[in-house]
Amino acid sequence: MNQRNEVSDTPVQATDRQVKLKQHVVEIISDSGEGAQKAGQSFGAVCAKMGNGVWTVEIIPADIQPPPRTKESASGIRIRVGSKKMTNAGDEADLVVAFNEIAPYSRIDQHAFKKGTLILIESMWADHDAPEVRENYARALADFKERGYRVFEIPMEEECLRVAPGAKRGKNMWVLGMLCHIYNRDLSIAEAQVAHSFRKKSEAVVDLNLKLLRAGYGWAAGNLELRFDIPAMEQKQDMVVMNGNEALGFGVLAAGIEVCSMYPITPATSASHQLAESIEQAGGLIHQAEDEIAAIGFAIGSSYAGKTAVTITSGPGLALKTEFIGLGVMAEVPLVIIDVQRGGPSTGLPTKVEQGDLLAALYGQPGDTPKIVMAPSTIEECFHFVILARQIAEAFRVPVMILTDANLATGVQPFPRPQLRPEWLAPPIDQSAWQKGVNPYAWSEETGMSKRPIPGQKDGMYTLTGLAHTEAGKVSYSPEQNQHGVSMRSRKMAAFGNSLKPPRVHGDESGGDLLVVGWGSTRGAIEEAVDSARESGYKVSALHLHFLSPMEPGLKEIFDRFKKVITVEINYSDAPTDPMITPENRRYSQLAWLLRAQTLTDVDCFSNVHGQPLRPGNILEMITSRLNH
Amino acid sequence: MFGLNLDACIIDLPEKYYTLHDYEKGVARWCPGCGDHAVLSAVQRLCKEEQLPPEKTMFVSGIGCSSRFPHYMNTYGFHGLHGRAFPVACGIKFRRPDLNVFVVTGDGDCCSIGAGHWIHAIRYNMNMTVLLFDNQIYGMTKKQTSPTSPMGTMSNTHPHGSVLPPINPLLTTLGVSNVSFVAQTADWIPSHLYATIRKAYEHPGFSFVKISMRCPKFMPAAVDAKVSDKEHVCLLTHENGVPVDDATGRVFSNHLEHDPTDMNQARQLAANEEISYLGLLYQNKAALRYDLYGAHNLNYTPEQKIAAINQELERFTV
Repeated sequence: MNQRNEVSDTPVQATDRQVKLKQHVVEIISDSGEGAQKAGQSFGAVCAKMGNGVWTVEIIPADIQPPPRTKESASGIRIRVGSKKMTNAGDEADLVVAFNEIAPYSRIDQHAFKKGTLILIESMWADHDAPEVRENYARALADFKERGYRVFEIPMEEECLRVAPGAKRGKNMWVLGMLCHIYNRDLSIAEAQVAHSFRKKSEAVVDLNLKLLRAGYGWAAGNLELRFDIPAMEQKQDMVVMNGNEALGFGVLAAGIEVCSMYPITPATSASHQLAESIEQAGGLIHQAEDEIAAIGFAIGSSYAGKTAVTITSGPGLALKTEFIGLGVMAEVPLVIIDVQRGGPSTGLPTKVEQGDLLAALYGQPGDTPKIVMAPSTIEECFHFVILARQIAEAFRVPVMILTDANLATGVQPFPRPQLRPEWLAPPIDQSAWQKGVNPYAWSEETGMSKRPIPGQKDGMYTLTGLAHTEAGKVSYSPEQNQHGVSMRSRKMAAFGNSLKPPRVHGDESGGDLLVVGWGSTRGAIEEAVDSARESGYKVSALHLHFLSPMEPGLKEIFDRFKKVITVEINYSDAPTDPMITPENRRYSQLAWLLRAQTLTDVDCFSNVHGQPLRPGNILEMITSRLNH
Repeated sequence: MFGLNLDACIIDLPEKYYTLHDYEKGVARWCPGCGDHAVLSAVQRLCKEEQLPPEKTMFVSGIGCSSRFPHYMNTYGFHGLHGRAFPVACGIKFRRPDLNVFVVTGDGDCCSIGAGHWIHAIRYNMNMTVLLFDNQIYGMTKKQTSPTSPMGTMSNTHPHGSVLPPINPLLTTLGVSNVSFVAQTADWIPSHLYATIRKAYEHPGFSFVKISMRCPKFMPAAVDAKVSDKEHVCLLTHENGVPVDDATGRVFSNHLEHDPTDMNQARQLAANEEISYLGLLYQNKAALRYDLYGAHNLNYTPEQKIAAINQELERFTV
């Protein structure tokens, strides 16, 4: 038995006592290809099955095949487990399983650990043939100790080889077993999960992985004095566990959208992967276009011909789609555009999170191009918003944009399994005769809305054009006609906006010292921070916007009840204290700009472009410092 | 009537007989003498001959003189973005096998700003008729060099003569995988123009017709030689090619028997810069069609869809 187990100065919890926790953040990090993510996903699924709140997020190397034992190769997963619903990836990690001593440094660079973080590290490197590896390992362990982490050396490979020769590659399942014991997970649920995740493999493979799982569990029981318990709520309904991109894919299916026209781009593509698995059986198809422009052009063609389509992209792709989005608005073609935002500008940070496309989504096209822009704030909303988007797009004859981001795309959260409804599905194409004498753009003066003829409808023939046109769809450059057409397209926004309810304040409806406003994926972190601050007596509340164009009504009235209003976003803003920055020339974060313009409120902002999901702890710090100021 | 059951003996009685008038809309605003007028007449005639229901017929275009075409057809039309007719047309056709789709594009629209889409549309080989109006110049924006302008063309962007050799649309098309139909005709030979477009319409796949086009306003020189000097025109003949009527055959007396399945000869003919070979250069009816893939799983019932989604959700359920 390996005796180098505990190398921390401070003793761990007493042996046979479980430490009860509200939540814990676990990370598994390895070299690319060692299966850390599979272990983490399985661990998350086991926890979800037991009724815990879970949020997992993958730690993805930027390169496809980076050299092993480098920081660049660090790949892994973070699993946050709690008693309540988990809405974000949390703060610093509490427990880390590391397959080598270098991988943790990529996380240290991201400030992902804290004093007291438990590091369970593969100990085989201590006896490695190469002296430089042994030295590096020893140096790293000393450094971890220096940093205040509590290190446990775990003979992972050695133990795996006891199970079966050549079982090195099953280290991840062994680790899963170990974690299941540490966190008091039900082994039978874990076994079922492992069998499920290897169901496409041979029986021998399933058996081997189950053996490794049990071996890891058994080893932890006999050798590790770490026992945690995170009480769970009893789970009454079926839950599904998926990431935001998968939820978007299911939304496309459940909306009855039959055409998804896309071009590969990180981090949006995996939504199409999920769709590609199943859309054909559900009566639809994926078209992988030759480029981003063709992808939206194809989608617009399909929509025009009666099958409202979806196109899924990310920042650089959105830039290329600009011209067609303008055409969609001008010619009033319903369409769903999903932008899984990543760091920008330009190719920026392909795998990292940012909310930097908001203004581009609203104002990215030349000319006046009002469209509907919405942003889900949870994985579950990723699913429902696609269904909603298709319905709005068709009712209002307009492109609808859904903004998610890399945080939602890769974040995994359980939610109640949706009960699919036939009315969510797109209706069959209307091929009844068009009423003679009704124009293809018979705009209602009140709402700007009109019904569109679809090819195949007798007597509905017209030529769609991106040029200024009359109600009859005829090209017209008359001053009054253009003014009228542009205002009709704008009026639809007002008509839609008026159908929305004011957003609900999280915290104290009646007001307070500070209101934190967010949109999109930051909701969980913001509300968690606000809840903590409120527990400490701060008069702070949160407001989260789901519609960015048009915005939900009543914002000004809500803002007026708070002494200060601040947005929290993941995009760039000048800090007021930066050189050259004055109150007049300061560039605010994107939602702050919009809110300042729309409500004439002196909305402040707190934002960064670190490419990381915002942590509740950082937001809490901001709140307390502003209110103590 | 007469004891006959009409339902049983009359198979497909058309509700209405469409006349040329049924396909006409507005007054075309092309310049007098512009070749586009001739194509419009030929296409309207085709629609009438084939009795295409106007509501089942689609003209998709980009931007340019040619792309005004849909406005003059009393069918459904999509006058979209410069260079982007192909993606739109493909999107329309993908799930609508019932629609007759025509694409009208110009040398700038197709061979310059839309060149990427052009290459891939050839490869997709969806059933649509593509008319490339090649007048070798940008007309709508008033005389800029086009990718098909002969080298040395004086234009507003190259006042001292264009400096690059032109792209050859026929040769380019013939070079793309899965190409299925390539033909050439000219606007000033109406009978051949009509016969070629008709042949293209009948082809099950992406039928590409390059129409040599007069632009009397900005490019008179480029076509005058071909109109006057019939030595530079050669009609392709073959039992499977574009039929040549006697009158046309007499006026254009250079003929060449060319088997449209012969890709090598097709490429050689297309590459010839001295002679314009008019007719069917290449046809492969067996080329794989993406529109058949697109239409293979249409009209699932809500029950089928929901069952499929539920089955997929099963994989994600804990």
